[in-house]
Amino acid sequence: MSSTLQSRWWSWGFRSAVMLYFILLIVFPILGIYGYSLSAGLAAFTENITEPLAWKAVLLTVKLAFVSTMINVLIGTMAGWVLIRYRFPGRGLLNSLVDLPFALPTAVAGLMILLLLGPQSVVGQWAEQLGFSILFHQPAIVIAMVFVTFPFVIRAVQPLLEEMDGSEEEAAYTMGATKAKTFVRVILPAMLPGIASGAMLAFSRALAEFGAVVLVAGNIPGKTLIASVYIFGEIESDNITGATAVSVVLLTFSLLILWLVNYLQSRRKGV
Amino acid sequence: MHVEVRGLTKKFGEFPAVNDVHFSIAKGQLIGLLGPSGGGKTSILRMLAGLETPDSGDIVFHGTRVNDLPPQEREIGFVFQNYALFKHMTVQGNIAFGLEVKKWPKNRIKERVAELIELTGLSGFEKRYPHQLSGGQRQRVAFARALAPEPQLLLLDEPFAAIDAKIRQELRAWLREMIDRLGITSIFVTHDQDEAIEVADEIMIINKGNLEQKGSPWDIYKNPETPFVAGFIGESTIVEDVSTLRGFEQAADWPGTKALIRPEYVEIGQANEFRLLSATETGRVRHLHFRGSEWLVEVDVGASRLVTYRSLEKEVLHPGEEIQVLVHRAYLFNDNDSWIMENRLKEDPMPVHI
Ligand SMILES: Nc1ncnc2c1ncn2[C@@H]1O[C@H](COP(=O)(O)OP(=O)(O)OP(=O)(O)O)[C@@H](O)[C@H]1O
Ligand SMILES: [Mg+2]
Repeated sequence: MSSTLQSRWWSWGFRSAVMLYFILLIVFPILGIYGYSLSAGLAAFTENITEPLAWKAVLLTVKLAFVSTMINVLIGTMAGWVLIRYRFPGRGLLNSLVDLPFALPTAVAGLMILLLLGPQSVVGQWAEQLGFSILFHQPAIVIAMVFVTFPFVIRAVQPLLEEMDGSEEEAAYTMGATKAKTFVRVILPAMLPGIASGAMLAFSRALAEFGAVVLVAGNIPGKTLIASVYIFGEIESDNITGATAVSVVLLTFSLLILWLVNYLQSRRKGV
Repeated sequence: MHVEVRGLTKKFGEFPAVNDVHFSIAKGQLIGLLGPSGGGKTSILRMLAGLETPDSGDIVFHGTRVNDLPPQEREIGFVFQNYALFKHMTVQGNIAFGLEVKKWPKNRIKERVAELIELTGLSGFEKRYPHQLSGGQRQRVAFARALAPEPQLLLLDEPFAAIDAKIRQELRAWLREMIDRLGITSIFVTHDQDEAIEVADEIMIINKGNLEQKGSPWDIYKNPETPFVAGFIGESTIVEDVSTLRGFEQAADWPGTKALIRPEYVEIGQANEFRLLSATETGRVRHLHFRGSEWLVEVDVGASRLVTYRSLEKEVLHPGEEIQVLVHRAYLFNDNDSWIMENRLKEDPMPVHI
């Protein structure tokens, strides 16, 4: 009797501790930002967000994050496929390198891109000759975003591919399906939930990227100034409400995406 | 379709998985592939399907060599041991897949799918996904999917392996009836002797990559061509020196010869249960095992231990009891030869009146 009482106490204690931790660390700060942004009234909020530089920054961020996500969907799907389905020397090393962008400080990633694509570098000169520049322009931002969010799609697709033994494909072959048809009708649909959730996480992360982008973007307001850098600038110039207004927009995006990923995953479990 | 296989060989590295296998199957026959695990049954099936390339040998369908045809063009249906259903497609979608790939017109696909759903007893489950079905239902979807494109040859790899005994029985009968109705040549792999004996027109026994014997179930049972087949079918015991058994004294003429004796070859009972008492000898009951529908009895005769069945209707025996034993025949084999020997005293009885 006393032992069940004790274990109930323990379980209650643990649950409360986790809840408290969660509320203190995540829920309060989020509510705080929403509260702060609206504290000066809805009118002030709209004024802050309709500030041309602010909404241009948000729009640019969404656009570039979308482009980088599309690139990651293509490359990530292929990379995941190759890493699971082919055996070649160096495969294990390559597979562990995939996580590098997660482990690396994003400022280091930015520096790498800076050195790699700068005007002195081979790539930089080559682009210059073709008549466009990468560094301090939008392509550099996309490259930085692609680099930082590279692992998401791969890591979401891999377990799904591993789950599929070859027999579904073989079954399709015996029924007359070509390799291409089998890929489109059998393999791709199996990968799709992974691609979708990986893409959304990558998108959400790309929206939020600061460290890598700030070094390579140029940060010209209205042209290459992305939302996170805008927020930083607003805080530097003591306009906290301007910063929170943009933050709230980004935060809302992220929460929506998170909810969507969850929804998709729960649906997949149902299937 | 008529299937012929000549000198089929497949090595995985140095390991010979299939070794110079020859056979031919007439159109419309149902063949059971039987043999111990790792014998090469799946490998043979996969080579017939074109999913594996043979190292040498010919595979001939309808008189045409198909070795170089990809699986897509062999007109086969393959039922995988793990079903391999498309998880993201409904029952309907799974069955229609092969037809859509072959570009059948929409209305014919619809008809054909409905027909197969009817045939496999899956009505009402058309819209379900594989994970919403029971094992037996998934099995039927796998059948229906393989049958839909009207294959000439149906290959089934342990189609009943994951199904409980009762549904297995049902599916077995259903498969036999359906294959008869459609007249498709079929080959199915099984670990279960009773299953092969019950449904197959012919059985092929595969062991260590070799085709040990091919023949009707009765043929294989009565005239096993190799010691492996003799020992594999049924529950046999090996007797080192069969010449010590009454009626088999002649076996001493072939030194180094052992005997395989099946439970069905042995009869036991009290003296009054035998008509030919002179052919029997005395043994002692060692163990009794209850087998549901009969007793399995272990008897010591001289230095040999024999195993046999006894009806539940007969008088119950007890361990240690002395009884009469009649060995009807034995399957003799040595390194170069094997043959069946009948009990001499039975063939040439001395009438005894009690
Ligand atoms: N891809 C492969 N690579 C290496 N060895 C293999 C491969 N496939 C099969 N083998 C070997 O070939 C032999 C025959 O295998 P196969 O799958 O044909 O046996 P099986 O008769 O179907 O056995 P089971 O009844 O257990 O399914 C086995 O010893 C197996 O280890
Ligand atoms: Mg097998």
